[in-house]
Amino acid sequence: MTALLRVDRLHAGYGKVEVLHGVSLVVPEGCMVAIVGPNGAGKTTLLSAIMGLLPRIGGHVLYCDEPAGSTEALVASGAVLVPERRALFADMSVEDNLLLGAYTRRRAGNRDTSASMRDVFTTFPRLEERRRQLAGTLSGGERQMLALGRALMARPRLLLLDEPSLGLAPMIVRAIFRVLADLRASGLSILLVEQNVRAALQVSDYGYVLEMGAIVTEGRSSDLANDARVIATYLGARR
Amino acid sequence: MQDGITTGAIYLLLAIGLLIVFSVTRVIFVPQGDLLAFGTLTAATLQSGQIPGTLWLLDGVSALALLISWHRAPLRTALTWGVYPFVLTMATLLLARFEHPAMSILLALAIVTPMGPLIWRFAFRPVADASVLALLIIAMALHFVLAGVGLVFFGPEEARAPAITESNFELGQLNVSGQSLCVLASCIILVAALRWFFGATIYGKALRATASDRLGARLVGIDAAATGALAFALASFIAALAGVLIGAVTPLSYDAGFDIGLKGFVAAIMGGLASFPLAAAGAVLVGVLESLGSFWASAYRDVIVFTLLIPVLAWLSLRAGSGEERA
Repeated sequence: MTALLRVDRLHAGYGKVEVLHGVSLVVPEGCMVAIVGPNGAGKTTLLSAIMGLLPRIGGHVLYCDEPAGSTEALVASGAVLVPERRALFADMSVEDNLLLGAYTRRRAGNRDTSASMRDVFTTFPRLEERRRQLAGTLSGGERQMLALGRALMARPRLLLLDEPSLGLAPMIVRAIFRVLADLRASGLSILLVEQNVRAALQVSDYGYVLEMGAIVTEGRSSDLANDARVIATYLGARR
Repeated sequence: MQDGITTGAIYLLLAIGLLIVFSVTRVIFVPQGDLLAFGTLTAATLQSGQIPGTLWLLDGVSALALLISWHRAPLRTALTWGVYPFVLTMATLLLARFEHPAMSILLALAIVTPMGPLIWRFAFRPVADASVLALLIIAMALHFVLAGVGLVFFGPEEARAPAITESNFELGQLNVSGQSLCVLASCIILVAALRWFFGATIYGKALRATASDRLGARLVGIDAAATGALAFALASFIAALAGVLIGAVTPLSYDAGFDIGLKGFVAAIMGGLASFPLAAAGAVLVGVLESLGSFWASAYRDVIVFTLLIPVLAWLSLRAGSGEERA
């Protein structure tokens, strides 16, 4: 299996404050990889640095065996991030939000994006009902659906998700994770950052535990879910 | 009243330009007024059969842009900053001696419009993430630079841009000048064109997206440098257009743009730097108040206009309690 994304001893941070101290990880083609860990471990920083939203101070990020460039270049070559705060275009319609998701494809000369829009509406029928509504008027769950839908409009090869379950009702969380499992089954590679450790390890193939800006454990997700230390720290089960 | 509506339309154009630039790049585009004066004076100079200095300025700065961005995208850079200025220079040299009004106006628009993207490229893009205040200070400095350049090129005299039409109409008891109608018509056409651009095209939507959520725009692959250049191009085109329109009604000197730009800014503020319809109402209000003011108390007309800002700002800051959360 080839690695779609390879992060090698990555250092990154904000100004002079270094948050990541040499993180290495691999996302193989067609796999879902989860990064779990407590608040402030550097999970969001890691995704931002991979996407080029933050300067990479040291180490390497390889996407498709090429050094990763700017955010725009990464998006154009199919690496798409759904950020924690969704970053929707609040004063534009649901439809326009989705349309802009396909911006790089339109720029590359692909004018017909209606097939992708139909796919998104099949996955999230709720969005079709609300297609003329402004994105800012959607509920929390609908916003997450729209953020995911907008990312899918780019026809990504690698989807990076930051806390897709944050602030959502359990029923919607289950629905979102079902969609993620379907996407993974259809061959999309996914890098998932989650605080909901149990759910993340259930749907993913491989997991990394990030603490204080460094990877402390890694392994197959099913093994991690049975790891005594992971259980004690994150799953809160009795020994 | 008629003058008020005409100048109100000009303020509206400037307010729209300011809003576009501010919402996309967070720059308060002070030098827009200077570009307006450039528009008037460039058209006037062309009309007198001379070659305006702004053309050489454009050529010089374009060459610089060509030099520094050559290595990134050779073809596109060459087209925008090499071929375009060259063709424009040739066209101006050939056509200037005909002194045809429409030609002078079109050439003036073509010369002044690229200055917006060039200003963005050199003054703002390198510091695009700076605070609004820092960007405003840069914009202020640019205003003085451009005003100085305007003095060197055009001298201190006032000049009149060629009118599109000299005709006059009798409308009941009113004497309506053809030029005022041209100003209004251009304004309406431009507003309609902008509505279409922002509502129906992918590039217009990309600009709105950038204004709506900067992070989201980057994450769908919208290139912040390109949207910035586009916003500045729109604003400088609008300024140049306003310049050739108002310059035919009132003669302008090199430093007259700042005042007009400031009143456009008052109109934009009335819209809370966010709402286009409110800014439009504000612009007409400013124009009408100003012309009524110059009729009743001409020494105080600027005072009257700027005093308008106080209740508006007070109201905006009272309301800001709820607006703060968005930042």
